[in-house]
Amino acid sequence: MAEVTLSNIRKVYPGGVEAVKAINFAIPDGGFCVLVGPSGCGKSTLLRMLAGLETITEGECRIGGRVVNDVEPADRDIAMVFQNYALYPHMSVYNNMAYGLRNRKTPEDEIARRVAAAAKILAIEPLLERKPKALSGGQRQRVAMGRAIVRQPQVFLFDEPLSNLDAKLRVHMRVEIKKLHNTLKVTSVYVTHDQVEAMTLADMIVVMSAGKVEQIGTPADVYSRPESVFVATFIGSPAMNLVKGVVSAPGMVQLADTMVACSTGSVATGTAVLVGIRPDEVVLGAAGTHRTAVNFVEELGPSRLYHSTFGGEDFVIQAPPKSADPKAESLAFDIPHHAVHLFDAASGRRIG
Amino acid sequence: MVEKRTFLSAILPHVVLILGVIVVFFPVYVAFVASTWDAATIANGQMGLRPGPHMLENYHRTLFVGTASSTREPVGNMMLNSLIMALMIAVGKIIISIFSAFAIVYYRFPFRMAAFWIIFVTLMLPVEVRIYPTYKIVSDLNMLDTYWGLTVPLIASATGTLLFRQFFMTIPDELLEASKIDAAGPFRFFKDTVLPLSMTTIAALFVIQFIYGWNQYLWPLLITTKDSMQTIVIGIKKMIVTQDALTEWQLAMTTAVLALLPPVIVVVAMQKLFVKGLVETEK
Repeated sequence: MAEVTLSNIRKVYPGGVEAVKAINFAIPDGGFCVLVGPSGCGKSTLLRMLAGLETITEGECRIGGRVVNDVEPADRDIAMVFQNYALYPHMSVYNNMAYGLRNRKTPEDEIARRVAAAAKILAIEPLLERKPKALSGGQRQRVAMGRAIVRQPQVFLFDEPLSNLDAKLRVHMRVEIKKLHNTLKVTSVYVTHDQVEAMTLADMIVVMSAGKVEQIGTPADVYSRPESVFVATFIGSPAMNLVKGVVSAPGMVQLADTMVACSTGSVATGTAVLVGIRPDEVVLGAAGTHRTAVNFVEELGPSRLYHSTFGGEDFVIQAPPKSADPKAESLAFDIPHHAVHLFDAASGRRIG
Repeated sequence: MVEKRTFLSAILPHVVLILGVIVVFFPVYVAFVASTWDAATIANGQMGLRPGPHMLENYHRTLFVGTASSTREPVGNMMLNSLIMALMIAVGKIIISIFSAFAIVYYRFPFRMAAFWIIFVTLMLPVEVRIYPTYKIVSDLNMLDTYWGLTVPLIASATGTLLFRQFFMTIPDELLEASKIDAAGPFRFFKDTVLPLSMTTIAALFVIQFIYGWNQYLWPLLITTKDSMQTIVIGIKKMIVTQDALTEWQLAMTTAVLALLPPVIVVVAMQKLFVKGLVETEK
């Protein structure tokens, strides 16, 4: 187990494309860090640099205090789970798991012991003699994790490991990975584009966009205090509503056709802002100060999405089914002060 | 696709295929029949379509004694030469091409693509085109009338490299990366992952190249002058063209039948792997 430190990591491809731009962060020993962002944001490149599969153009990458920039992947004491599992198709499950250990000259009885232990944790004991071809997607995923576990590495690297599974299995395996991490307490770095996976698995989320870190924090932090418009819209489903406005007076934001009261803090009057409001933080009530027409309704079961227009922008309100009539043509609602996020309209950074 | 099965659509393909089989198989059958009669019957035009009584005698004489005049060498010896040549070509090509394809696909070295294209271009330069310079080199190296002289110039060609390159490119990169993380160096990756995955491709290439080697005519004709180095294909030709003696048709036909056997055996024995190697997609 070890802490992972990235200092000023950059990746520039030979064509001049800068995939990763000066990234700095540290993952504490035993932490579960999720790199999340849209495709092409550099998260996989960053992970592959950690693994040693891509060279680091600039900066320093440390695992357990040791600089590993020029260390071969095999000698970094890491294990990686690939998106397509990358199991050796001609080897049995047992040999798939044993291969890395054999190459490291681990004694055969030690290998047998470790494989048996990993197989037990992952409940794949009956599959040990099978070939990957004869396994389902979920089973292959387990074997891929088993191959990582038997190595007893300092760091686990996961490259979108669940994206090839169907939705139900994905939720299941997500829980399994979380449990596994709680049992083994090995520092893990996990790449995904799925914000639900990021929220549920991480101790520490790193939201990335266009090769840069947008925000680092706990899932709760990132959700409740997004540092930028990008993070605000990327994390959370349905996405945060964003409405253009101008701070008209302390504690008041003028929208296109209405006003919203909120704490504007030190934001100067006259500043152009984006007002962010999570759909589920809107409070419905007949006595509400705002009123809007409902364009259409999406029924989700535990909640309902009312698509409407507010401040001249599309606006989604998420509410429990009982709180309003599903056929309501208009809704009255309040926006609590704490539910309003203010972002600078020009830079997209959080200002209040 | 749902097809309506009519009487015609059920019968017609079979008719076409059976006709095709007859066209291909009938001459082979005639050759077999001819190999079971004596020379006089064939020369008189009295040979029918039924096998005759001289089969054992003809085969024994062909394999172990040889013809009276034209080839002087028993065909058994020629078959051995052909077999050694075909095996050397097939195995040599597999070894050379699997390594060159591995280098081209997995190593980043200067002029990698240039190397690939140079190999590719040799497809357009078969032995027939470069026959004089190749002959000169072989003779300067004192390889005339040797197995090396027979096979080395035929081993160097691009087909195998191309086939393996195409196959290697379908092996997911993640397998290479997983191997790297599993502490397998380039050689281990080759031995433990690439080679086992290539078995069907190797089988396919072996079949193709064995038959290619076995059927060589022009090159052995140039390179071999000693009777003891003759291949069976050369032997047949020599038996048939005789200026001052009667062609011993029964022996020529026996030789032809014998020459057919090894390629047929190789194809039949490796058919399953061969087909898999050409169509296999699963990795």
